[in-house]
Amino acid sequence: MKKNITIALVGQPNVGKTMLINAIGNTTLHVGNFSGVTVEKEEIVFEYKDYIITVVDLPGTYMLNDYSIEERVTNNFLRDEQYDIILNVVDSTNLERNLQLTSELIQLDKKMIIALNMIDEAKKEHLDINANYMSELLGIDCIKVSAATKEGLDHLLATIVKTYSLEKKEPKFVFSEDMEEEIRNIVTVLEKNRFKSTLSYRSIAIGLLSENKHIYKQLHDDPIWISLEPVLLEAHNHIKLHHNEESMLDIMASEYKAYIDGLLSLTVKTTKQEEQLSFTQKLDNILIHPLLGIPIFLFFMWGLFQLTFEIGSIPMDYIDAFFGYLGDTVGATISNDEVRSLIVDGVIAGVGAVILFVPNIMILYIGIALLESTGYMSRVAYLLDGFFHKFGLHGQSFIPLVTGFGCSIPAYMSARILKNDRDRLLTLFIIGFMSCGARLPVYVLFVGAFFSPEMAGNILFAIYMGGAILGLIMAKILKLTAFKGENEPFVMEMPKYRMPSVMLIWHTVKTKTWLYLKKAGTFIAIASMLVWFGSNYPKNLELTTQYEQKIEQLNNQVEKIKLQNELKEQLLKESYLGQMGQVLEPLFEPLGMDWKMAVALQTGLAAKEVVVSTLGVLYSLGDDVDEENSSLIQRLHENISFASAVAFILIIMTYLPCLAATIVFAREAGGKKYAFYLFVFTSVVAYLLAFIGYHIAL
Amino acid sequence: MRLTEAKIGQIYEVEKLYAQGALKQRLISFGIIKGAKIKFLAHTHLKSNYEIQIGKVTIALRKEEAQNIEVI
Ligand SMILES: Nc1nc2c(ncn2[C@@H]2O[C@H](COP(=O)(O)OP(=O)(O)O)[C@@H](O)[C@H]2O)c(=O)[nH]1
Ligand SMILES: [Mg+2]
Repeated sequence: MKKNITIALVGQPNVGKTMLINAIGNTTLHVGNFSGVTVEKEEIVFEYKDYIITVVDLPGTYMLNDYSIEERVTNNFLRDEQYDIILNVVDSTNLERNLQLTSELIQLDKKMIIALNMIDEAKKEHLDINANYMSELLGIDCIKVSAATKEGLDHLLATIVKTYSLEKKEPKFVFSEDMEEEIRNIVTVLEKNRFKSTLSYRSIAIGLLSENKHIYKQLHDDPIWISLEPVLLEAHNHIKLHHNEESMLDIMASEYKAYIDGLLSLTVKTTKQEEQLSFTQKLDNILIHPLLGIPIFLFFMWGLFQLTFEIGSIPMDYIDAFFGYLGDTVGATISNDEVRSLIVDGVIAGVGAVILFVPNIMILYIGIALLESTGYMSRVAYLLDGFFHKFGLHGQSFIPLVTGFGCSIPAYMSARILKNDRDRLLTLFIIGFMSCGARLPVYVLFVGAFFSPEMAGNILFAIYMGGAILGLIMAKILKLTAFKGENEPFVMEMPKYRMPSVMLIWHTVKTKTWLYLKKAGTFIAIASMLVWFGSNYPKNLELTTQYEQKIEQLNNQVEKIKLQNELKEQLLKESYLGQMGQVLEPLFEPLGMDWKMAVALQTGLAAKEVVVSTLGVLYSLGDDVDEENSSLIQRLHENISFASAVAFILIIMTYLPCLAATIVFAREAGGKKYAFYLFVFTSVVAYLLAFIGYHIAL
Repeated sequence: MRLTEAKIGQIYEVEKLYAQGALKQRLISFGIIKGAKIKFLAHTHLKSNYEIQIGKVTIALRKEEAQNIEVI
């Protein structure tokens, strides 16, 4: 029988908690070089010897408070859930601050292990840490590890098992003498009253002294409060007097600092003498230069979209040809006309149109992964905060917004790094204006159809930037109307620059691309079938016979083809989608759109890739029969006017993201009603913009 | 003086925090507490944001927040 060990993984943001657990458990949770990557607790389970070990990766927190959602997740877990051991991960190169959280964790009175992570970097920085001595002084095992080089992992696992099997050791954390005296006084009261609690008396006493609300609540409603209150008042007065300081927050902070400084002076030696500029500082001199910083960032973004189009379009012809070939080959083996049409014109055309854009998507994902993993992201947040602030946004909004260029769903999740609910809601509302990866295919398609290849990259950049700027303007409008109020402080850590590991980037990109492909093979394939069905049925046999008779009588080949096309158009118009399109047409006519475009926009509510596959199906059915090899790009070019295309792109840029994202949005915003607001808000904006855009381009 | 008056490249000691509540907690959790040494690293073009170093950590903050920190 194997035993279960549950471990709570706790640490400050960006110390490598997730990477460590990936290294131990051979998993692949998301890692990035900025604070706020893990926003929700995630569990991984693995076996080690006779044990089944469950590790709960908690969001990073600088201190134990209920300040932001992520911090609440961590705090609630530590307080209310069942677990055996706290594994506190710390950044060895930054112990002074990391141990602040450790000090607070110690007071929770649980079994604990400290992982001195990033020991590889500590060595490079010539920090010599005496882990054995540190373990002895703290009464907690401190293990040197590196998630990157995987050293020390065995030792860590062995320590986990050992800690689990042995009795809890008493931690040796000591406060200043007068603090200790007051702790003793409170403990005495608790002992006298035989107060029942799962916590140790010492941790209750410390909780009370540090004004921990949850501990207060426990005792406040208990009769013990009568004898406790005077002692507590006295204790607070005494301590405040002694520290010459009014706020317990400050007092606890300096108590912890004093202990940590003492501990570190005994256990850490630095052998480095000369103070030279670190790599990070040198790079920062350029990248966050007061004047050049923002232009450099814009240049990077421009380069990214340039690459997305340039490199992405190279394999496109091959993919296109492949699906054409596939359609022909598969089609030849199916004798039934209906089934063949369903497979070739429906599924293969629809899925093919979406897969065509895989290279573009991958380049975009690589760009975002680089931004996330190098440490540059936080710099940009710093550079842009001043600008963002003017629009009522927070510099840290930049992080969810950039994530939104990849996919809106993780973007909505990562908005949790914003502490203030109003700022978070505001950011949530404009994330959709950052065009996600799924919209890229639509843009590439239309830009390819209406602009010269030399301009394409620039236009793509303009679309993305335009969306972002529009988002800012909308933020300002919302801030002045719906989300009035105080601004949230901006205090953010800038991580060290790190060379991203190729493996890590590859892994992230691979996972996301695979998801995209999977979606193409399942969701999009089914949607394509539905679109195919909706555009082929109901069959109007009468009309068909009528036309066929007319065609028979003709001798002129050109006339024949003309009639055949007319028939196809007629049939399409009378199909279910065609009927739906007729209903919608009056609404979309002012935007210069025909019913096919209107329908594509509706199907796009399910997912943006479906827009492409819908257009693929609709425009291939009603097209010239003799023009066999025309690609969708060409067909769009022939059938849609430039101004309508502009209106179409504007709508894609601004209207509701896909269904899945909208559901996540509603959850993160805190209710279905927000999804409704979002729908109204984005629809109005999209319609107005498309209307204006259409008339300007006309 | 307030941190906003600091000079680039100089090292200061934190004297007092004027902030209250959440902001105060935030600053403390970044190690900005009485007696801590702060190195002033940089500011953005319009001086709307500042970059400081505390121990080994680089922290970015806004002018409004920096104004809450008294240094000597
Ligand atoms: N050199 C080095 N880098 C590490 C190590 N552990 C994590 N990192 C990097 O630190 C950053 C933060 O990692 P992550 O696991 O997301 O941290 P979390 O926020 O604590 O979960 C990433 O850029 C990692 O590549 C380590 O042991 N050595
Ligand atoms: Mg993490």
